[in-house]
Amino acid sequence: MKRIALLGMPNTGKSTLFNRMTGGAARVGNWPGITVELLSGKILLGGDMVEIIDLPGIYDLHGFSDDEQVVRHFLHDNVPDLALVILNTTQIERQMSLLLQLKQLNMNIVVILNMADEAKKFGIGVDAEKMSELLEMPIFLLSAKYGGGYPEALQAVTKALRYPTPGMAEQLRSQLEQDEHIETEMARVLKHTVQVPARLSDSLTEKLDSLILHPWLGLPIFFAVMYLLFQGIFIFGQPIQGGIAAAFTWLRETALVPLLASLPQALQGLLLDGIYNGLATVAAFVPIIVLFFLFMAIVEDSGYLSRAAFLMDALMARLGLDGRGFVMLLMGFGCNVPALMGTRVMRSRAMRLLTMLVIPLSLCSARLQVFIFFSAALFSPKAAPIVLFSLYLFSFATAIITALIFKNRFKNTEPFVLELPPYRFPTLRQMALRGWLEVRHFLRRATKFIVAGVVMVWLLTHLPPSAAPASADTLSGMIGGALQPFFAPLGINEQLTIALIFGFIAKEIVIGALAVIYSLSGDALGNAIGQQLDWVQAYSFMLFTLLYTPCLATVATLQSESKQLKFTALSLGWSLGLAWLISFAFYQGARALGY
Amino acid sequence: MSATTLAALHPGDIATIVSIHAEEALHLRLLALGFRSGKQIELIRKASFSGPLQVRVGTTDVMLRRVEAAKIEVQKP
Ligand SMILES: Nc1nc2c(ncn2[C@@H]2O[C@H](COP(=O)(O)OP(=O)(O)OP(=O)(O)O)[C@@H](O)[C@H]2O)c(=O)[nH]1
Repeated sequence: MKRIALLGMPNTGKSTLFNRMTGGAARVGNWPGITVELLSGKILLGGDMVEIIDLPGIYDLHGFSDDEQVVRHFLHDNVPDLALVILNTTQIERQMSLLLQLKQLNMNIVVILNMADEAKKFGIGVDAEKMSELLEMPIFLLSAKYGGGYPEALQAVTKALRYPTPGMAEQLRSQLEQDEHIETEMARVLKHTVQVPARLSDSLTEKLDSLILHPWLGLPIFFAVMYLLFQGIFIFGQPIQGGIAAAFTWLRETALVPLLASLPQALQGLLLDGIYNGLATVAAFVPIIVLFFLFMAIVEDSGYLSRAAFLMDALMARLGLDGRGFVMLLMGFGCNVPALMGTRVMRSRAMRLLTMLVIPLSLCSARLQVFIFFSAALFSPKAAPIVLFSLYLFSFATAIITALIFKNRFKNTEPFVLELPPYRFPTLRQMALRGWLEVRHFLRRATKFIVAGVVMVWLLTHLPPSAAPASADTLSGMIGGALQPFFAPLGINEQLTIALIFGFIAKEIVIGALAVIYSLSGDALGNAIGQQLDWVQAYSFMLFTLLYTPCLATVATLQSESKQLKFTALSLGWSLGLAWLISFAFYQGARALGY
Repeated sequence: MSATTLAALHPGDIATIVSIHAEEALHLRLLALGFRSGKQIELIRKASFSGPLQVRVGTTDVMLRRVEAAKIEVQKP
């Protein structure tokens, strides 16, 4: 099968083009370094199946960071039949250097000048035909986001695929040394083909920046935006979640209970109180997750992340991290796993490890479900969003403490240089795609982990059969009881302990497990928990859930990215210890104060 | 005409890059971002608490720390 590789600098729209070509699902974001893995898709082109590969962005072929090495190895080991080189037209005066480097490798190349729409808006004129002539390569102006110019480019790609695959120049390294020659060549081509206005006319970005990056308004604006965001998620999402949970209960009573009535009692229990209750409780959170990721998609695509990096770098520098580390923490709010992988753009291993040590403390969307559930059950509608926000602040605070404690073990002098892209807004298509991706991701986790988890919990709470369900005589009661010396000082009871144990697999299971343990779902579960716990216990439980060992997927990623068992163990041990200490301090402190 | 470094510029200043004194990796990254001797560079703003600088080279906005900026020699008109 012929193979096309998408190559270009970070944030030039490779993933956007990949999605357009394959109908695929690469993650798009206005942040240099969203793609850090190879992603491939197959399409039919000119009658043949062709494989398309989305590579991480590279600034040049000499790069030293992990993601740049991925690309270099890839090019070296599998010369693509066609390299589709994607340049950001608005930055053509600098990005052409990468094209000229690639040209020296004698690859079969088609060039895409992407973001043609923005170039036009900014008043940048490019004569693609002339450039094509001068460089002796097919060159096309295109907008991957909106589709303009796509059919012509695709035609050229199809045609170029018919040429034989060239061999890779053996002395890749020495070929690359001729950068001097590249400079003059670049100047020559640009002079004849590109007109850039003396001043860029992106006044919107400039105006927004003067507010958002304001020396002393910038940070308050950042926190206000965050606060409104989480307030919004809570206010919109929580009623939807309640409604869906109620619908699931109704379905159970009207359809499932009569349908399964003929089955043996125990099997009925497993199916209804175990799997159905557990899954339904977790599934009710899907709309919140989608809503949350729609917000994330807007934030990621807007270019605000780079601004956050700018605002926070001064603080992060004192913690031995940099602005990118802060952005990874923000991305970790969605899911810790891609945030951990995003650290590949860092060159210094020490900084990368330190960043990876703090990311698991970031309050991911799975933990968010637990917190929405508990804060709705135990706090007034007015207080609940504030409780939620306070947990985000705790998440930041513990990340800061962790970095401060460990920064001397992971000393580094990594320079911090980062692009500030213009503000952009995702299209509806991009947002819908992102929402769908997250639902799919969630469903995969649900089928893999959550079902297994709730079945286990059901068995533990119903075995041995002689014991009353979920009583102290069941397996779960015994385990919970045995761990009480550890958890009682935190105000965490046996039932919650069992839920926490399974939460190690995936945090979504925590709520599902509670539904199984209490044999209740939806509002009824919230009420039961609300009656059994007071707010101090509940908050202590939430703090513990926030900080203790992250989910299995995160642990696996920590190991695969660090390739150091010792580091993974450090991360796990640290988060568990920190969780215990902070919950302990909070619970005992609040009790001592008379709450 | 006066020679200085990028770190010493004030917001709004426009200067010309004279030379870059950075180790190889950083030098390459700066080149790829458009920092070349002879190019115009504008300092847009400085973050508070001695945070990074925002500069504009050609059509690209870049942020970099003051330590890195001090490695870039510029000439003010
Ligand atoms: N205006 C405009 N924006 C675009 C176009 N193509 C991509 N974008 C936006 O540019 C940003 C970067 O797009 P990505 O597809 O994530 O870029 P990438 O090259 O895969 O980036 P990395 O993963 O960082 O290497 C996103 O905000 C896109 O929405 C385009 O043709 N026009």
